[in-house]
Amino acid sequence: MSTEAIHDDHHDHAPSGIGRWLFSTNHKDIGTMYLIFSLAMLFLGGASAMLLRAELFTPGLQLLDPDTYNNLLTNHALLMVFGVVMPAAAGMANWMIPLMIGAPDMALPRLNNLSFWLLPFAAIMLMISMAAPYFPGGGTPINTGWTLYPPLSIQVGMGMDFAIFTLHILGISSILAAINIVTTIVNMRAPGMTWFKLPLFVWAWMLTGLLLIMIMPVLAGGVTMLLFDRHFGTAFFDAAGGGDPVLFQHLFWFFGHPEVYVLLLPSIGVLGMVVPTFSRKPLFAYKPLVYSMMMLTALGMVVWAHHQYTVGMSQAVTTYFMIGTILISIPVGYMLFSFIFTMWRGAMTFETPMLFAVAIILMFSFAGVTGVMLAVVPADLQYHDTYFVVAHFHYALIPGALFGLYAGVFYWLPKWTGHMYDERLGKIFFWWTTISFNLTFFVQHFSGLAGMPRRIIDYSPVFAEFNMISSIGAFAFGLSHLLFLWIIIKTIRGGDKAADKPWDGAQVGTPGLEWTLPSPPPFHSFSTPPLVK
Amino acid sequence: MTTSTDHYYVPEPSRWPLIGAASVFTFLFGTVLWMNAWGAGPWIMLVGLGLLAYLFRGWFGDVISENLSGSYNGQVDQSFRQGMFWFITSEVFFFITFFGCLYYLRNITLPYLGGEGYLGTSNILWEGFTYSWPPLQVPDASNYTVAKEAMGPAGLPLWNTIILLSSGGTLTWAHWGLKKDNNRQLVLGLAATIALGVVFFILQAYEYGHAYAEMDLTLNSGIYGSTFYMLTGFHGFHVTVGTIMLMVILARAMKRHFSEHNHFAFEAVAWYWHFVDVVWIALYIFVYWL
Repeated sequence: MSTEAIHDDHHDHAPSGIGRWLFSTNHKDIGTMYLIFSLAMLFLGGASAMLLRAELFTPGLQLLDPDTYNNLLTNHALLMVFGVVMPAAAGMANWMIPLMIGAPDMALPRLNNLSFWLLPFAAIMLMISMAAPYFPGGGTPINTGWTLYPPLSIQVGMGMDFAIFTLHILGISSILAAINIVTTIVNMRAPGMTWFKLPLFVWAWMLTGLLLIMIMPVLAGGVTMLLFDRHFGTAFFDAAGGGDPVLFQHLFWFFGHPEVYVLLLPSIGVLGMVVPTFSRKPLFAYKPLVYSMMMLTALGMVVWAHHQYTVGMSQAVTTYFMIGTILISIPVGYMLFSFIFTMWRGAMTFETPMLFAVAIILMFSFAGVTGVMLAVVPADLQYHDTYFVVAHFHYALIPGALFGLYAGVFYWLPKWTGHMYDERLGKIFFWWTTISFNLTFFVQHFSGLAGMPRRIIDYSPVFAEFNMISSIGAFAFGLSHLLFLWIIIKTIRGGDKAADKPWDGAQVGTPGLEWTLPSPPPFHSFSTPPLVK
Repeated sequence: MTTSTDHYYVPEPSRWPLIGAASVFTFLFGTVLWMNAWGAGPWIMLVGLGLLAYLFRGWFGDVISENLSGSYNGQVDQSFRQGMFWFITSEVFFFITFFGCLYYLRNITLPYLGGEGYLGTSNILWEGFTYSWPPLQVPDASNYTVAKEAMGPAGLPLWNTIILLSSGGTLTWAHWGLKKDNNRQLVLGLAATIALGVVFFILQAYEYGHAYAEMDLTLNSGIYGSTFYMLTGFHGFHVTVGTIMLMVILARAMKRHFSEHNHFAFEAVAWYWHFVDVVWIALYIFVYWL
């Protein structure tokens, strides 16, 4: 294959048949596969959330038994974090980064395809982990939540082994994808595309990639030790043998907290493209914004233990982590400030991506505020493991990560498909999701402050109204995604022809070269690097 | 050798990534079955391993022939270099995890278990447990075997340190040979490095055997055995992988694949080998010595 291939690598027709997708080395095709995979997982993860909310609709046990509930809860988190947000962000990186920086493809195209194809196999393994308890000798379902804390995770049945290896596969996939993206950004920029001409999305992914390279090996190491404790008699997390269950918590959150920024930063990058476009004004203070993302990345690596204030760390340690965590609000606040000042006195219009962008700024700030509350040790001792935390991180992750990706989908769909999406349906989708999202999670602040514990199938009848509202909101939120799916299908199948530059404000600010290509771009773009002036 | 082209080489569709994902899945699936004592487990693992071997042979084979036919320009070479750099960075963090655990256990967990500090718990949980490193007692021995003696820095570990450090030297000597276009020096240097790697492996295996048979130092010896085997075991695994990679490089050197200016594969393996070397030094200091 290899020797003949050299002579015809400049032709511009896509390979035909299923092989185009299975064996792809094309960043656009791989990006598309990432996005489709992520959409499929969104429905799977969403369906598990729907089951959880249906169970919580009224007090008492209705649909599920406690172990199944806990397993669904675990899968919901794993699917949403590793199956939806990370692949969607990686899909956008695949599609957009080479177009933005004027590269012919990702730096390592075959590796790119490996990063993608590991994901469906990981998803299959996660499904097996859920099915394992139903086989003889399978043991109990995974009832630990996605944090997999020992000693409980030592006692879970065979499903836990599958879940551990799921994380290993996902880890390999993320590390390889991150290596590829970072290498692409460093090495594949067109001549003249200097670091401070890069679109913010590219910067965001540069930092995300660095984070992934640093944190995924730690998760892999942690769950490997868990595996050894389960099967090979080691004592890492068993105090009777001189180990420490809290050690696992440190390892998990050393990965887990920066992971939050892995989920968040690509969305910040999308905002950095969307807000200037629809404000028709360059990004306010681009360079300091990049520096604040760097500060966020650095601080994010050293504040992990604020997830474990209640486990009995010394006062000096909790104080350090409290101060570090509160410091995070400086770069985050700066980012939001920068976006608001981009909009200030701009000629703003509110197409769907911009609506999402504005909503993110509002609702993500809300998560920021509750985040500072949770960062304060004495307050957190009250909030810990209540629905207040659930409300906080859903406000962080749905606007902060998911809505940012929706903004990106609507912003770039015309570029990807060559068709404009239906703006009217897009707006309906926006209002529908935003209202139902708030309906679902806003009340959880109150039930949490009143002391409703999270991760438990049943609750005291005093929380019945709050939970009913939450469940109704959740069903509406879930249903809205059928509209999302329909909008995407409709756009792929047809619609108004999209111009090369479908948004008239897109050239303002710091765009890359993505708008210089037709919509959709040819199968091979930038075979010879363009010169950026 | 590289005829510098204007075009960045984007490979044609390749079946290897899909085979790669499938082989990883097969191997891990088999591993779960094996760990849970299902008869089919080891066979499925074997299939996965076979697929992995086939994968590496095929994928790297493609890359080598593309390189030899001169499809790669300088920018592709840069991509490989940077990719390898970031890969080793991620490996560094993998080992930082285990060294971090060792630090945490020795400085926080075990002193607490021994009753130090206001969080000390030994009086509540296990009275009489006192902390010393290496810990030749565990708080509760009912589930653990206790090692009779600790692994000291003298003897085999010291020899291993000398061997691994010299292997870094022989590899650099081979690199000098390559730069001078002296193939004989390159091949000899690589062969010596591989020989030292193999000797290291044999000594390490002997040490494990000795620890299991005579010192009662096993994976089950509480936290001392756990950290000892986890750190040295993953290091040993990396030495094995590095030795296999060196063997491939030796075979390629004998076929004169490398030139003064085009020998990234050699350098990548050399970086990896030096990384494994550095990890060993940290191991020798923190696991065997201090």
